[in-house]
Amino acid sequence: MSVNTYDGRVQDLLQTMLLIRAYEERAAALQAESGVPGTCTSVGQEASAVGVVAALGADDLILTNHRSAGHLLARGADPGRLLAEVMGRRAGYCKGKSGSLHISAKELGVILTSTIVGGELALATGVGLSQKMLKRPGVVVCFFGDGAACEGRFHESLNLAAVWQLPILYVCENNQWQAFVHRRETMLGDSIASWATPYGIDSATVDGNDVEQVRALATEALDSIRASGRPFLLETRTYRLRGHFEPDDQAYVDPDELAAWRARDPLPRLQARLLESGQLDARALSAMESDAQRRIDAAVAFAIDSPYPAIDELVTDVYA
Amino acid sequence: MAHMTVQEAIDQALAEEMARDPSVLLLGEGVATKRRALVDAFGAERVRNTPLAEGIIAGTAVGAAATGLRPVIDLLFAPFLCYAMDELVNSAGKLRYLSGGQFSFPLVTMAMTGAGWGVGAQHNHNVEAWFAHAPGLKVVMPASVADFKGLLKAAIRDQNPVLFFIDIGLAYTSGDIPDGEHLVPLGQAVVRRPGEAVTLISYAKTVAVCEQAAQTLAGQGISAEVIDLRTLKPLDEASILASVRKTGRAVIVHEASRSGGIGAEVAATIGEHAYDALKAPVLRLAGPDAPAPASYPLEQAFVPQPDAVVAAVKRLLG
Ligand SMILES: Cc1ncc(C[n+]2csc(CCOP(=O)(O)OP(=O)(O)O)c2C)c(N)n1
Ligand SMILES: [Mg+2]
Repeated sequence: MSVNTYDGRVQDLLQTMLLIRAYEERAAALQAESGVPGTCTSVGQEASAVGVVAALGADDLILTNHRSAGHLLARGADPGRLLAEVMGRRAGYCKGKSGSLHISAKELGVILTSTIVGGELALATGVGLSQKMLKRPGVVVCFFGDGAACEGRFHESLNLAAVWQLPILYVCENNQWQAFVHRRETMLGDSIASWATPYGIDSATVDGNDVEQVRALATEALDSIRASGRPFLLETRTYRLRGHFEPDDQAYVDPDELAAWRARDPLPRLQARLLESGQLDARALSAMESDAQRRIDAAVAFAIDSPYPAIDELVTDVYA
Repeated sequence: MAHMTVQEAIDQALAEEMARDPSVLLLGEGVATKRRALVDAFGAERVRNTPLAEGIIAGTAVGAAATGLRPVIDLLFAPFLCYAMDELVNSAGKLRYLSGGQFSFPLVTMAMTGAGWGVGAQHNHNVEAWFAHAPGLKVVMPASVADFKGLLKAAIRDQNPVLFFIDIGLAYTSGDIPDGEHLVPLGQAVVRRPGEAVTLISYAKTVAVCEQAAQTLAGQGISAEVIDLRTLKPLDEASILASVRKTGRAVIVHEASRSGGIGAEVAATIGEHAYDALKAPVLRLAGPDAPAPASYPLEQAFVPQPDAVVAAVKRLLG
């Protein structure tokens, strides 16, 4: 598997979003029906992940967190190896030692994933420093949530990146939830992007459920980072349509709020737009949907067939 | 032989390794202010003052280590490591393993600790055992000027995250360093004084306490062997066991508090692997289960003293 790069076709964005949705829903179903370990799904946030990743070049690096499947799949991860990792199998990206929560895939430039909320923000400055000092071309993209923005490390990271002028695109996926606490309870005001300003960092906010807008703003942000060498913060406003970690009955979620965001689900929105503008017809759409399902069927079969790691793997990879 | 202070030995180790490997860089609050010569020699890019934010200093080092640099960070005083625990323990110590070996983290974290400056428990707390308990990390705590240089150089070349503790009581002492390339491998203890009747096992400034005690004991016809652990993780079990198998008795001495300390690990190792050779119970002399006080006599009383070591040995010899 190599890194996905996108040449601008909106159909490719849709295809990737369909793959992510199919993957996440299957992962949740496997948890419910077959006792496969639970995951933090990104259902509802596909446009945010795909829009940003589609703006990247092959040299760019990604740091992510516990809700990473969208970022990984958009970057070209093999859904079979991803599911194998979730199931703790040898063929997983991390030999089954990570499970779902800290999957990294160096071959795709998805590195140093941390499930300590805010952990990736602390590491991103170091990766940015390496890129700068070793004169490597790639920008560092750091995905994190609105909850992570409440950690001190967010503020330490932005300040240092600004002072040292590090090439980092901070992407706050503001999905309105921080596990079982609504974002409203944790901050005054609604904007995380505006928190960048006092650190001297430019920022933008985008409708995170509109993949084309996300990609356009991410492209602008990356251009500005490449031109100036300075960091940028992009806030994608989106919503976690499923629970925090499977299983989760979402009994604590206000049904009106959930319904309002369901009406803005990024997938039907994009499909409707493409059908209306004639960029897609119903047959092509259904072919894309079945293709995504076929890939996920194959992924499940691959993951289930993959053996567990040998028990002596328990103590390998501790020290270099 | 060159005579120098511990601070000079550290500077020399940093300078030699920075000259040898362009990926080595130094980060910390005031490193560029205090180590001017390194800035002059290697430039401000590689010797960087940082904001006063230990978590992001450590995190930056961890991220940089995984992607091609070899950072050394100076976090000043060991209690400040509490602000950097996540980056060192959860990231540097675990992300190699959790990623199935995709990354390595060659970085050194320096911090001072121990009695000698009267600064109290928020600047003086011997927390080395915390890190020895955390998988993926190595822990070094030198006792001699030559080891400060040789162990720091080896730590910088190591592919793993290394905690390098500087005993404040030793920080301004001086001693001889061999000329030329001087490397001390991690994971190797050293016999500071050979002996037959008892093994005194220690590290950092209490090695000298044990050497003084051994001197006193020698005057009374008792031959004590003194082992300096130098590296606390990985622990040189072979050297410890070889000595205890010879003497049949062991006293472990350290300034850090007793419960859950390195002494417990050493004692358990002896109990598990050399029980048959023991002629007496293994004893520990350690700091009390109390924060370190500032008051000079209290601070001194925190640290095991030679008299106490002598008394413990006599108790063992009955
Ligand atoms: C330091 C830390 N505190 C708490 C948790 C438990 N936890 C995991 S994810 C999460 C919510 C994070 O919210 P946010 O950053 O908004 O990301 P999201 O889950 O919404 O994608 C929490 C509290 C954790 N993993 N790490
Ligand atoms: Mg959130």
